[in-house]
Amino acid sequence: MSNILKVENATMQFGGVVAVDNLNLEVNEGEIVALIGPNGAGKTTAFNVVTGVYQPTNGCVWFQEKKIIENHPQGRMNQQYKGQHAGEYTQILAPTPDTITTLGMARTFQNIRLWKSQSVFENVLIAKHCRAHSNFLSAAFRMNRKEEAQQREHVAQLLETVGLSDVKDELATSLPYGKQRRLEIARALATEPKLLLLDEPAAGMNPQETNELTAFISEIRSKLGLTVFLIEHHMDLVMDISDRIYVLDFGKLIAEGTPAEIQNNQRVIDAYLGVAEDA
Amino acid sequence: MVQQKTKKGAVTAFAAAAVFLGFIILLENLSLLLPSVPNVLLPTSQLFSVLKKAAVYSLAAVSMNLLNGFTGLFSLGQAGFMLLGAYTYAILSVPVADREAVYYLYGGSAVNFSFQDMFGALFGSEGAGGALSMTLGVLVALILAGCVAAVFAYLIGLPVLRLKSDYLAIATLGFAEIIKAVFQWQALGPVTNGANMIKSFPTFSSFNVTGEGGKVVLRLSTFFPFLISMICITMICLLINSTYGRAFKAIREDETAAEAMGINLAKHKMLSFCTSAFFAGISGALFAMFVTNAQARVFTTTMTYEILLIVVIGGIGSISGSIIATFLYVACSEWWLRFLDNEVVLSSGMKLPFLRSGFRMVVFSVVVMIVVLFFRKGIMGDRELPDLFKKRAGKEAAGK
Repeated sequence: MSNILKVENATMQFGGVVAVDNLNLEVNEGEIVALIGPNGAGKTTAFNVVTGVYQPTNGCVWFQEKKIIENHPQGRMNQQYKGQHAGEYTQILAPTPDTITTLGMARTFQNIRLWKSQSVFENVLIAKHCRAHSNFLSAAFRMNRKEEAQQREHVAQLLETVGLSDVKDELATSLPYGKQRRLEIARALATEPKLLLLDEPAAGMNPQETNELTAFISEIRSKLGLTVFLIEHHMDLVMDISDRIYVLDFGKLIAEGTPAEIQNNQRVIDAYLGVAEDA
Repeated sequence: MVQQKTKKGAVTAFAAAAVFLGFIILLENLSLLLPSVPNVLLPTSQLFSVLKKAAVYSLAAVSMNLLNGFTGLFSLGQAGFMLLGAYTYAILSVPVADREAVYYLYGGSAVNFSFQDMFGALFGSEGAGGALSMTLGVLVALILAGCVAAVFAYLIGLPVLRLKSDYLAIATLGFAEIIKAVFQWQALGPVTNGANMIKSFPTFSSFNVTGEGGKVVLRLSTFFPFLISMICITMICLLINSTYGRAFKAIREDETAAEAMGINLAKHKMLSFCTSAFFAGISGALFAMFVTNAQARVFTTTMTYEILLIVVIGGIGSISGSIIATFLYVACSEWWLRFLDNEVVLSSGMKLPFLRSGFRMVVFSVVVMIVVLFFRKGIMGDRELPDLFKKRAGKEAAGK
């Protein structure tokens, strides 16, 4: 099994705060990998580094065996990071998030960021835009009818897959919370990704909705042949579906392994529950 | 089935547009057809002046709405782009024979050709050939006016589009002021005629068909701006409903999400900015035709604000709203409130209070304030005219 995503020595420093410290991780093709950790551990920052929202202070990211992001302390960010691997990287590679999405990595957001005044159907259709081949003028003068019809058909199919086709003409914000989450995933899927990054997909969901989501994620994984990398706080969900788990604490990777290994890892338990002063 | 539906919709829209344009032609020719018509329909009436100006302004408003309403980029450079369009059109359209007279301060123009004359050499400059070469010349110059504005928008957009909200507004406002100053610069006199106006180019009334002895047989002077504006607004509509238009709306609503979904922000903002400037340029050229001269002094910040006001009153993100608001705004400011400027002396010799020159603008401002207070999201909000009918039809169906 080859890895689809590899993060090498990634460090993200905001002034004096090291949000992500020398992170190394790999996601293999077809896996569901979870990234967990207490609040403020740097999970979302790690996601933002991988998707190009932030330029890392040091380190690099590989996607499908290709280096897509690279930076070093002397690079554009010019931070004062003097870590162990500070000298290893020399190039600057800083693509914008849209480039990374076109490469085949799509994400959802922790706080739902749907396009509010658009319908469910339009939300997904807009996400298809990055796969459109028609140029500006041919689109404006309707020379792309075929492509447009094809896109609409794809979107209808996708909504069918995620079970939202009965509400496709409703306003995105009028949906119940669980369905909005589902719509965000559908929107990410519309960009035809190979790797799907989910940032707390079960946040704010009740147990029943969480169970549905667990089934849903496994289902789309097998149906669409995706690799899923997710951040989550619901341990039921994480233990249920993930093949491997990475645990972050204060920006540092403290453990990795299968759900069973993580459940019995003392460092993880300490990080989550805290350590007694006199221990 | 969907294909058929869109085809049917397009045919209906075309038919409606043709009927409407036919109505405009009929309206302005009634005074020629009938022996006696109400004063309102005489060619000198305020009605036609208002219609022409509103046709020009509606294009300016819709192009501003494309940028401010649909892409969410708050730009105030509209007057600057209109100025570029107006001057491009004027410089390229003054007949060579008249250049000496127009540029008399600078001993002739540096640009010594005009499209009208070029086409004149092909088709002849008298009679039908002359009309054809004039029309073609005007159309080519209009398109070039848009192109020049779009090129400038591209250049200014490179640095400016990195800015957000208010900062972008200030930067574009500054650009418009700079352009205005540059075009009045004496050193550019042979091209721009300095601070003086450029005139003698084909205007709306050049499109009136004249018969023997210069007598007008068919008026097309109101029809022409309507035709051009309609074509341009249709193009903007098509763009907004295309995949690129949807991407613009996504940028307006959530930039971060749009970028994460693979929409290249820099590219799409630039596309929107240039397209908006292109149509603003054309509307500027039409404005020059309307006032029969091109003069940098009139493309002030006030003009941008006027258009912004129209966009806000009509509803940010509604094309039909912008068009309706333009006609109401122009009619109100130029025509319907005119009577407030005239002093009225009653038979008893008492003067009615307040009615004097300038009072019109006071009342007009109050009207605008009231409209903005009662229609928080503009007349149309972000809906379009067809949506209203659809909703009503839906309600009726539900009622039954």
